[in-house]
Amino acid sequence: MRSWLDRPASETQITQRGRLWLYAFAVLVMLFLVAPTLIVVPMSFSASQYLEFPPQDWSTRWYDHYFGSAEWMAATMTSLKAAVLTMLVATPLGVLAAYGLHSSRLRLGQLAFLILITPMMVPLILIAIGAFYVYVKLQIVYTLLGLVLAHTILALPLVVIVTASALKSYDMNQELAARSLGAPRWRAFLTVTLPQIRFAVITAALLSFLTSFDEVVVALFISGGDNATLTRNMFITLRDQIDPTIASISTIMILVTTGLMALAQLFGKAKSQR
Amino acid sequence: MSEAVLGASGQAPALPAGANAAGLAADARRERWALFGLCSPALLLVLVILVIPVGWLFFVSFVGADGQFSLENYARMLERRSYARIFRTTFEVSLLTTALCILLGYPLAYVLSQLPSRIANLCLITVLLPFWTSLLVRTYAWLVLLQKRGLVNAWAIDVGLWDEPIKIVHNLTGTLIGMVHIMLPFLVLPVYGSMKAIDRDYLKAASNLGAGPLRAFWTVFFPLSAPGLFAGSLIVFVLCLGFFVTPAVLGGGKVIMVSMKIASNIELFVNWGAASALGVVLLVLTLAILWLASRFLRLDQMTGQGH
Repeated sequence: MRSWLDRPASETQITQRGRLWLYAFAVLVMLFLVAPTLIVVPMSFSASQYLEFPPQDWSTRWYDHYFGSAEWMAATMTSLKAAVLTMLVATPLGVLAAYGLHSSRLRLGQLAFLILITPMMVPLILIAIGAFYVYVKLQIVYTLLGLVLAHTILALPLVVIVTASALKSYDMNQELAARSLGAPRWRAFLTVTLPQIRFAVITAALLSFLTSFDEVVVALFISGGDNATLTRNMFITLRDQIDPTIASISTIMILVTTGLMALAQLFGKAKSQR
Repeated sequence: MSEAVLGASGQAPALPAGANAAGLAADARRERWALFGLCSPALLLVLVILVIPVGWLFFVSFVGADGQFSLENYARMLERRSYARIFRTTFEVSLLTTALCILLGYPLAYVLSQLPSRIANLCLITVLLPFWTSLLVRTYAWLVLLQKRGLVNAWAIDVGLWDEPIKIVHNLTGTLIGMVHIMLPFLVLPVYGSMKAIDRDYLKAASNLGAGPLRAFWTVFFPLSAPGLFAGSLIVFVLCLGFFVTPAVLGGGKVIMVSMKIASNIELFVNWGAASALGVVLLVLTLAILWLASRFLRLDQMTGQGH
């Protein structure tokens, strides 16, 4: 231990001892980052209205309340449906767009790329009220269709960026070889290119699912009635009170998101090790 | 080459060489346009649901109550004290959040960038985990922790920091704590990325030439990491400007940001003119800052996708 303390800590002449404070600071910041979300998990099993930590009496009453509530269940179903449909729409559209932009190599492609990623740059509240306005005109406000379309444009930038970066490290000559052997372009894409960028595509699909599932602001404006999303109802409840039921929902959402993101990371790793 | 072959076999129509080349070029051009067409469904969707409505909002912001062209929606922002207060709050909250993120995030990124990569990757999970977790869930977590009977108050009283429960949520403090928590990964990831790219031999050289650790850091390492820090801070700042959920929940109505005013203009007052003028100002600020940031950092680093 002593010798480690006196060892140089970096290329400069500072020793590990000299920057112990820095390590301590970093640990505190890391705690600040993870602790709040993790503490919600045991809290959600507290029997008390005030969600003590550590809980004095354990119970699953908040889970019972969540699973027993028709309203929460309906909202969960809406969110799941919207997320799955968003994934199914945004992934092919985004992959096609990224492929088209990558292989056409037109000047115009840069502009198209910029437009495709605008949903990432425009403040959500503007997207929300803009979509709300169009949806009222098109009479698709508060419908699943409208929700999926809006979430699709939010997910598109991620799909396009992830796919485009995979295509950048892919050798398009392989597709050329397939085509010179007689495969039509679509077949060359499906049987040669797509299998090689599959990890990026899977990552993109998971990201689109999460984008939709976690989205609050846009859903606040364009979802409602029978098609209110889980996050919309959570937000509205939170604005008024601290409902412990939300702790149980949060725990489930943490499990879903970390599970999916861990999967996405695994696929990402698989890609980089190939 | 192909012309010669065709010509020799005598099967190709007798075309001048230039015309054939022009035909091939036309084919290639047509194919490129067809390929470009593949992005049209996605483009169309973004145009219909985002670009056109936002363009319309831009238009509406210049229409007055009487339906004629007017600047009254913008003039109101300058005249009314309530709007000035909202803009001031928005900038204050964004600046404070960004400053706190730098204060907490830069040292963390620095430590992470110097750890052996196996340990660094493990520590990075603590940055990525909140990054992935739903924003609403994290906001809720803080609401629970910071409430009067919450964990933070209980611990602070146990330790003796203060004597009785104090109000740390439903005000500016709570909003800042929540926002710093949510924004921190957006700062740490690009800063970490840019620090990893720094050639450490420069530090060795500085050290060799007699610079102490502090001097080597400030004169060599910090300037090299500054572009990443600058870009990361701009991203955080810009995201803060448009923030809605966290201030709405943790601010308890006391912290009113521009995006919340836009929402209430639509939800409560159905005043599209006022809402869209605010929206245009927010959008212009956002895009200007993002453009600035993009000059310092590549896009994939900005979104954390580069890691």
